[in-house]
Amino acid sequence: MNIAVLVKQVPDSADIKMDPKTGTLVREGVASVMNPDDRLALEAALGLKDALGGTLTALSMGPPQAVDVLSEALAMGADRGVLLSDRNFAGADTWATSYTLGRALEALMATAPLDLVVCGRQASDGDTAQIGPQVAEHLGWPQVTYAERLEMADGELLVWRRLTGGVEKVACPLPAVVTVLALERLPRWPRVGRLLWACGDKAPIESWNAADIAAPARLTGLRGSLTQVVKTFSPKSERATRWLEGGSVEQARDLVNGLRALKLL
Amino acid sequence: MAVWIIEDKCTGCGLCAKTCPYGAIAIEDKLAHVNERCTECGACLAACKFEALASDLEQEPLPDLSGYRGVWVFAEVQDGALAQVSLELLGEGARLAADLGQDLCAVLLGHGVAGLAADLAAFGATRVFLADDPGLVEYSTLAYARVLAELVRAHAPAVLLMGATPLGRDLAPRLSRRLDLGLTADCTGLAIDQETGNLLQTRPAFGGNVMATIVTPRVRPQMATVRPGVMGLPTRRAGTPAVVVRHPVVLEANDGLVRLLARQARTSQAVDLSQARVIVAGGRGCRGAGGFALLAELAQALGGELGGTRVAMEEGWISPERQIGQTGLTVRPELYLACGISGAIQHRAGCLGARYIVAVNRDRRAPIFQVADYAIAGDLFKVVPALMEALKGVD
Ligand SMILES: Cc1cc2nc3c(=O)[nH]c(=O)nc-3n(C[C@H](O)[C@H](O)[C@H](O)COP(=O)(O)OP(=O)(O)OC[C@H]3O[C@@H](n4cnc5c(N)ncnc54)[C@H](O)[C@@H]3O)c2cc1C
Ligand SMILES: Nc1ncnc2c1ncn2[C@@H]1O[C@H](COP(=O)(O)O)[C@@H](O)[C@H]1O
Repeated sequence: MNIAVLVKQVPDSADIKMDPKTGTLVREGVASVMNPDDRLALEAALGLKDALGGTLTALSMGPPQAVDVLSEALAMGADRGVLLSDRNFAGADTWATSYTLGRALEALMATAPLDLVVCGRQASDGDTAQIGPQVAEHLGWPQVTYAERLEMADGELLVWRRLTGGVEKVACPLPAVVTVLALERLPRWPRVGRLLWACGDKAPIESWNAADIAAPARLTGLRGSLTQVVKTFSPKSERATRWLEGGSVEQARDLVNGLRALKLL
Repeated sequence: MAVWIIEDKCTGCGLCAKTCPYGAIAIEDKLAHVNERCTECGACLAACKFEALASDLEQEPLPDLSGYRGVWVFAEVQDGALAQVSLELLGEGARLAADLGQDLCAVLLGHGVAGLAADLAAFGATRVFLADDPGLVEYSTLAYARVLAELVRAHAPAVLLMGATPLGRDLAPRLSRRLDLGLTADCTGLAIDQETGNLLQTRPAFGGNVMATIVTPRVRPQMATVRPGVMGLPTRRAGTPAVVVRHPVVLEANDGLVRLLARQARTSQAVDLSQARVIVAGGRGCRGAGGFALLAELAQALGGELGGTRVAMEEGWISPERQIGQTGLTVRPELYLACGISGAIQHRAGCLGARYIVAVNRDRRAPIFQVADYAIAGDLFKVVPALMEALKGVD
């Protein structure tokens, strides 16, 4: 079974701090990590590879330093990494991102077929959860979202989907795209033995640019994006913090009165 | 090819070949040749000293979008009834339609669902596009995407809204890519820009700590999913019935590729904090089961549910399905009472959607106070019992 896993490098949320004065995010000097859901996607794919054999390619679009998440994927057990990096790719919205990833998957398939593409449910910096379904549409493959367990049976993929009200079990023929939101087991750690190799010069990681995937500039990055951010702002201003002073009894009384005035009691 | 060589002007100097980031230009017989590696990035155009390169790369003028009219709401059906979020969207959609001077329409897919058209009309839809077919009785990404894409192509709406439910977040991106539309996920605010007529789509990013307003200026319909519970519920009005436009459904074998084998509802005793009206949440400041027993009493007195931080979950003071935050639940209660919680960014990501936030913390500088409507600097072991007392005087 040949699998590609889409992994994204995101800012480490443990590292993101608010500026206490302005209430805005401090993004400078924030460390980058593998998107948490993508670690689950890798684990799910590695589980299938353990059971069935085959190859696993990790694919990421990002700046040159995003190579780190590919090294990490290799250390966890992936066989090959491909980094999509190009100035033209910068500023992509989900349409342009899914186009670029889709073209790269097609380029991969020019040499060897793929049976499955696994993504995380969503990236922690954007939370859109759009890339999986959009890549599936690009490839014309069926999609199964919110997976918490994957298994092959009789040539079909069985997927347990975690939904708000319960769990759904579906069968899906391959090739397909699956997005993963949870797993019963924890993702495996990078193996120390592989880590040196994965971070070294001999690591099987390639870097591809726009020409390598025949992606015209007008369809990628900012130019290819259909949506535009016109404004960002801090949501903090919406709340006017009222301090309740005095001893506990007075504070409690003032709060109850306040909540009653808001018809919350 | 959008970049080409004007042979009369080309001297074969090779500057363009050196500039091209993709190795897409070769010099042969003293002439530049553009090959298939060209991405049309335009770098060579600026480099050429002889104006020997030309392209049709100029940003195209805004297309005429006036043919796209109407605000559409996808009517999601859950257990035979309309999902609450779809009703909320009708209320919001009606406002947007009025601002645009256009109609509010609903799209209804399923089997045996025609009766719901009356409900949609009662909540403001003037027109209901109905696709009723046995093949649509269960949600299927591919079948629903096919029918919706046909409807959008045929009727060209200006706006298409869907609930950011599991179904909506599965279907909307698939459809947006099929029709090459922009899509903004999980919006919490929508408005019309009076100057351009564009839909201003506001959504949280970085777990709700930043808000971004997004537009889709060049394509229609403008697609957005909206979080349940954010927009108010409109009132039901008896009035004119909607015009029902029936859409003939012809599915293909491929639309049924993914087969539903089994569905298992979650056990009934499981809590669902996402529906709670009041949540009393605790953190490390509660110091243990004793502190949480106190909070549980308060929660009960307020008719609410108990929640907590990741620390509280890791310590075993609350069960995992009560953990609130980035790696737990996103909740949207009317009242969120945070006790002994510092208000780390990952925790705030899960509770910023609350209508009112009350924070009790010993430390005046705790970040939770930055997002609180009511701030109580004090010891929760004194404040919570005092609250219980004060509440007794209420009824
Ligand atoms: C990737 C990642 C994901 C995470 N996801 C989540 C998540 O989903 N949810 C989550 O909650 N956290 C999450 N965290 C952890 C988060 O960063 C914080 O560590 C956590 O929220 C802190 O929990 P706390 O407020 O209970 O504890 P603390 O930060 O230790 O705060 C305790 C507070 O209690 C106050 N206090 C102490 N005693 C009293 C008293 N007697 N009366 C009143 N106040 C008192 C203190 O002043 C202090 O402010 C995540 C972290 C990472 C790195
Ligand atoms: N730049 C990227 N490179 C590789 N994979 C990505 C990228 N962006 C998104 N993905 C994949 O798509 C999933 C959903 O991302 P999103 O739609 O951005 O929330 C992620 O969990 C990744 O698996």
